[in-house]
Amino acid sequence: MLLQRFLVRLLTMLVTLFGVTIVVFVVIRVAPGDPIAMMLPPGASDDDIARLRALYGLDKSIVQQFFIWLGGVLHGDFGTSISLRQDVLGLVFNRLPATLELATVALLMAIAIGATAAILGARSRGTAIEAGIDIASGATLSIPDFLWGLVLILLFGVLVPVFDISGRVSPELDLPFVTQFYLVESILRLRFDLTWDLLKHMLMPAIALALPLAAIIAQLLKQSLKEVLDLDYVVLARVKGFSETQVILREALKNAALPTLTLVGVQFTFLIGGTVIVERLFSYEGLGNMAIDAVINRDLPLIQGIVLVFALLFVLINLAVDMMYALLNPRLRHG
Amino acid sequence: MDEARIARRGLSPRLWLAGGWLLLALLAAIFAPLVAPQDPLAQDLMLERLPPFWLDGAEPGYWLGTDSLGRDLLSRLIFGGRIAFIVAFAAATSACLIGSALGLIAGYFGGWADRIISRVVDVWMAFPPVLFAILLVAVLGTGLSSVILAIAIIDWTRFCRVIRAGAMSQARMDYVESARIAGYGRIGIMLREVLPNVLPSVLALLSLEMGIAVIVEAILSFVNLSISTDDPTWGSIIAEGRLSIHQAWWVLVFPLITLILTVLSFSQFGEALKARFDPVLR
Repeated sequence: MLLQRFLVRLLTMLVTLFGVTIVVFVVIRVAPGDPIAMMLPPGASDDDIARLRALYGLDKSIVQQFFIWLGGVLHGDFGTSISLRQDVLGLVFNRLPATLELATVALLMAIAIGATAAILGARSRGTAIEAGIDIASGATLSIPDFLWGLVLILLFGVLVPVFDISGRVSPELDLPFVTQFYLVESILRLRFDLTWDLLKHMLMPAIALALPLAAIIAQLLKQSLKEVLDLDYVVLARVKGFSETQVILREALKNAALPTLTLVGVQFTFLIGGTVIVERLFSYEGLGNMAIDAVINRDLPLIQGIVLVFALLFVLINLAVDMMYALLNPRLRHG
Repeated sequence: MDEARIARRGLSPRLWLAGGWLLLALLAAIFAPLVAPQDPLAQDLMLERLPPFWLDGAEPGYWLGTDSLGRDLLSRLIFGGRIAFIVAFAAATSACLIGSALGLIAGYFGGWADRIISRVVDVWMAFPPVLFAILLVAVLGTGLSSVILAIAIIDWTRFCRVIRAGAMSQARMDYVESARIAGYGRIGIMLREVLPNVLPSVLALLSLEMGIAVIVEAILSFVNLSISTDDPTWGSIIAEGRLSIHQAWWVLVFPLITLILTVLSFSQFGEALKARFDPVLR
C-alpha cells in the first residue's frame, strides 16, 4: 500500500519534471534577442557568430536542441553557462548550499514563532491575547516576504543597525571552509565566531521568509489545538492536575500537529520560491540571486539548470511530505 | 444565523477601512494629473533629497520629500498608483478568466480533461513563481502588457484549483442532477448552477490576486524588468529607495507603506466579500 503510493507519486513526479523542462525550453527559445550576439564584441564577423552558435548547439532545431540537452542532463551534464563560461552543474552546486541553509533556518524560525503563537493562543483561548494573535497573524500572512524584507532592512539596517543587510558573510573574514555549507561547517569546525557572522547576515532574510509561514502555522495549529483540547483524554489530563501549558505540550500537541505538518511541507516550497527575490533584496549569494542575473544576461543553459533544480527541490519536498503524512497517519498506515 | 450578525459582518470596520484606502488610492491614481502637486518626472538638483514636511529643511509643496534626483515623492507615488491599479485589475481578471474556465472544465467534466489540466497545474506549481515571472517578462520584453500577461500566465492555477474543487463537489449535488434530468445541456448547467455557487470563493480570490499582482509588478520593477524606467512605479521608487536608504530613508518608507496598505486592503476586502456572500459561512 505504502510502496504502491510511493511508486505512483514517483512516476507523477517524473512526469511533472519532464513537463517543467519542456516549458522552460520552449519559453526561453521563443525569446527574441540573441545570447550569442551579446557575447561577442560589436562588428564580429558572421563566421564567428555561426561558429559560436554551433559550439553552443544553437544552430539546430528546437526539438533537436531539447533532446541533446535532455540527454546531457540524464548524464549529469547541464551544459556550459554562456555568461560565466563555466559548467552549469558546478555553478548550481556552488550556490545551492547557501539557499538551502537560508531556507532551512527560515523554516525553523517559522515553526518556532508559529508554534509559540499557536500554543499561547490556545492556552489563553477566548481572551484578548487570542484575539491579538489572530489579528497579528492575519496581517502578517497578508504581507509577502518581499515587503517584510524591506521593513526589516529599514528597522534593523537603518533605524537600529544591529544586523547585516547585505551579503552572506563579512568579506574581510578568512574562511577555512571546503564545502559551500558554511553554516554547517562553521559549527562542525567549532568556529562559532564564523557561525555568528553567518547568522548575523542570514537572520534578516530568514525572518522575512519565515513570517508569512509562521502566521499560517499559528492559525492552523491553534485551530487544531483548540479542537483537541475539548476531547476526553485531554480533559482527563486536566483533571489529573496538569497545568494548561503542560496539557498542551504533553497531550494535545502531538495529536494536533498532523494537519499543520502537511501544510508546512507544501508551504515550504513557497518559502523556497521566495528566496529568489529575498536573496536579491539582501544581496545574499544564493541560487535565486544567480537566477535573476542569469535571466538578465539571457544565459539560457544556466536558466534551464537553475529552474530544473528548483523544480526538483519542489517535487522532492512534496513527495517527502506525502510519504511522511502516509507514515504518520494511522488511517492510511493500516488502510 | 441571526440578522444582527450578518449586518455586523457586512459593516465590519475592516471592510470600510480596506475599501476606503483602495478607493482613495484608486481615485488619486485616476485623477493623478489633477491631484499630484508636482510633475512626477521633473528633476531639480537644487531640490535633491528634501525630507518630508515635518522635518527641518523641507520645502512647501513637496509633502513627502524628494528623491536623489529632486523628484517629488508624493507625485511619483500617485502616478505609480496608475500602473499598480491597471496591473492589478487587468492581470487578476485575466488570471481569473483563464483559471476559472479551465477549473470548471476540469471539475465538471472530469476524465481526460481533468487529468490533463491537473497535470499542467502540477507542472506550473513546480516553478518558483517570482523566477517564472522574471523569466517571462525577460522573454516577452518589458512593458505593461508583458507584465500583465506574465502574471496571468503564472497565477491562473490559483483560480483553477479552487474552482475545480468547487465544481467537482457541486457536480455531485442533487440539484445539478435534477437540472440534468430536466434536460439542460452540460454547458448550461455549468454556467447556471455550478458557477454561481463557486462565485464567492472566486471573488475573494480575485481581490487577493489583485494584491498579489501589485506585489509582482513591484518586484519586477525592483529588478528593473517592468515597464519603461521613465514612468514612476511603486517598485521602481522602492528600488531607488533601497539604494539611497542611508541618505534618504523616506524614499523607501513611503512607497513601502503604500504597498503594505494596498496589499492588506485587497486581502481584507476579499475576506470580507467571501464572508458576506458565502452561503455556508453566512
